[in-house]
Amino acid sequence: MRSDRASAPLALKIAAACGLLFLHLPILLIFVYAFTTEEKSYQWPPPGLTLKWFAVTWGRPDVWEALGLSVRVAAVSTAIALVLGTLCAAAVSRTKFFGRETISLLVILPIALPGIITGIALRSAFNLADIPFSVWTIVLGHATFCVVVVYNNAVARFRRTSASLIEASMDLGADGFQTFRHVILPNIGTALLAGGMLAFALSFDEVIVTTFTAGQQSTLPIWMLEELVRPRQRPVTNVVAMVVVMVTFLPILAAYYLTRDGDRIAGHGK
Amino acid sequence: MRTAVLFSGVSRHFGAVRAVDAIDLEIGEGEFFAMLGPSGSGKTTCLRLIAGFEQPTGGHIEIFGETAEGVPPYRRNVNTVFQDYALFPHLNVADNVAYGLMIRGIGKAERRKAADAALDLVQLPGYGSRRPSQLSGGQRQRVALARALINKPKVLLLDEPLGALDLKLREQMQEELKSLQKSLGITFVFVTHDQGEALSMADRVAVFDAGRIQQVGTPEEIYRRPRSRFVADFVGSSNVLPPDFVAKIAGQRKWASLRPEALRFVEGGGHAARVVTRSYLGGQTRVALDLEGLRLNALVSSTDMLPAEGATVRVDWNGAELHLMEDAR
Repeated sequence: MRSDRASAPLALKIAAACGLLFLHLPILLIFVYAFTTEEKSYQWPPPGLTLKWFAVTWGRPDVWEALGLSVRVAAVSTAIALVLGTLCAAAVSRTKFFGRETISLLVILPIALPGIITGIALRSAFNLADIPFSVWTIVLGHATFCVVVVYNNAVARFRRTSASLIEASMDLGADGFQTFRHVILPNIGTALLAGGMLAFALSFDEVIVTTFTAGQQSTLPIWMLEELVRPRQRPVTNVVAMVVVMVTFLPILAAYYLTRDGDRIAGHGK
Repeated sequence: MRTAVLFSGVSRHFGAVRAVDAIDLEIGEGEFFAMLGPSGSGKTTCLRLIAGFEQPTGGHIEIFGETAEGVPPYRRNVNTVFQDYALFPHLNVADNVAYGLMIRGIGKAERRKAADAALDLVQLPGYGSRRPSQLSGGQRQRVALARALINKPKVLLLDEPLGALDLKLREQMQEELKSLQKSLGITFVFVTHDQGEALSMADRVAVFDAGRIQQVGTPEEIYRRPRSRFVADFVGSSNVLPPDFVAKIAGQRKWASLRPEALRFVEGGGHAARVVTRSYLGGQTRVALDLEGLRLNALVSSTDMLPAEGATVRVDWNGAELHLMEDAR
């Protein structure tokens, strides 16, 4: 069999290019419409280009309100996820107890569950418990899947760090807290940062769970959904979309590079 | 001699597994003490009991006269050199070595000075700014040693310290550890499954089997006068003679051990035996013999005229070399 590793057949190249275009062209269109002069419908090609929507967006208080809420929700759920996810990862990877694998599965389950199920389940649970819908119910909803991301990152790093490092630290006179601060945290730090950034990005653009757990508040993605049905100043939504892409894409990229370097730093347990 | 470590009736059971079972042991101050045994014999658990990583399920442990049960590892004046070295990957060599001082809140300049001195001691001067990942196995071992010694422990524990090193480096480290121990005067307790290592380095050896100590003694006692078949077999690769055979030659129905170098070939008298195999070991040759169905090993000088494989020879030994064992196990 002849295998030509240097260059793939032309047809395959075209197919690959088409696939990539299909993935990314629509996103590019969103960016282009942020500059169009037509505000009522998305008309192709744009009749003219303008930068005025950036100024309009800047001046709209509802955008700022939604952005502020999204950042607050993402920050708080990420913080909760960091604490709970790390503790859970430590328990699962450091100790042996009955039902450990089950607990590990139960922690990961929320991310495999469809958002709509999580949403409905949480909504009825909040109703049953008579908890009024507020920023905090949104935060709780987001924390369910944020914990998973942090947990996964932390557990992978814990498995790579040699258990005798902790014993060595205790042996050299450090108590539990000092060992956490001087040995555990530096070794899992980049994994936590990566997990935290992913969690932040996930929370920031979440729609489904938010719809079910929010009261009158709207986070940025919810605000965009509502805005699309209003035929006025449509390009404002596109400007916001660009901001959302930036805010979610950059942390994910950073997380990718952090864990890649982390492999090299924490790779040798010995 | 003061007692450094005292075990009285110490047990550590993990459920039904008796990792350490009612052990009595006394290690003197300044001793170089070896815990020798096959894997799973309880020697490492004993070490971890001294370090404080394990708590006994029964019995009593004293370290320099102070009760050790319930005292966490970070409050014991005992330091460990781990089998996998356990160097902190996020710290450089100097910070690894000075970790114990940093925890005790000693200032940066003083720490740096002490770390340099400790690295000099283990013959790694100028390695302070390197990362552990940049060091070879032998160098990591020295860093681990410096990191433990900088705390001036009363007892230094070494878990299979030479296990991961190649033969040449191992021999060199054996000598270095021994001279280091002599000059520092610290009690060293080390765990090994290598009987050669235990015999050549230690002042006294405890032989472990199945969670119990079979025998404690100087290397010579352990080697020449094994108390049980297990010790004879594990420590000296001695010939173990069954009671029936011993009854015929020594008049007592007891198990006996006979060291391979005690056997010699003779012209007349002695016992007839057939040569099974010959293994050339350099200065000496090991000859496996079949004596009335009993397999015996003889270790003889290679310069002798050696019988060929399959030949029938006569072997004899000095009666005093036959060591009758008290313990039938």
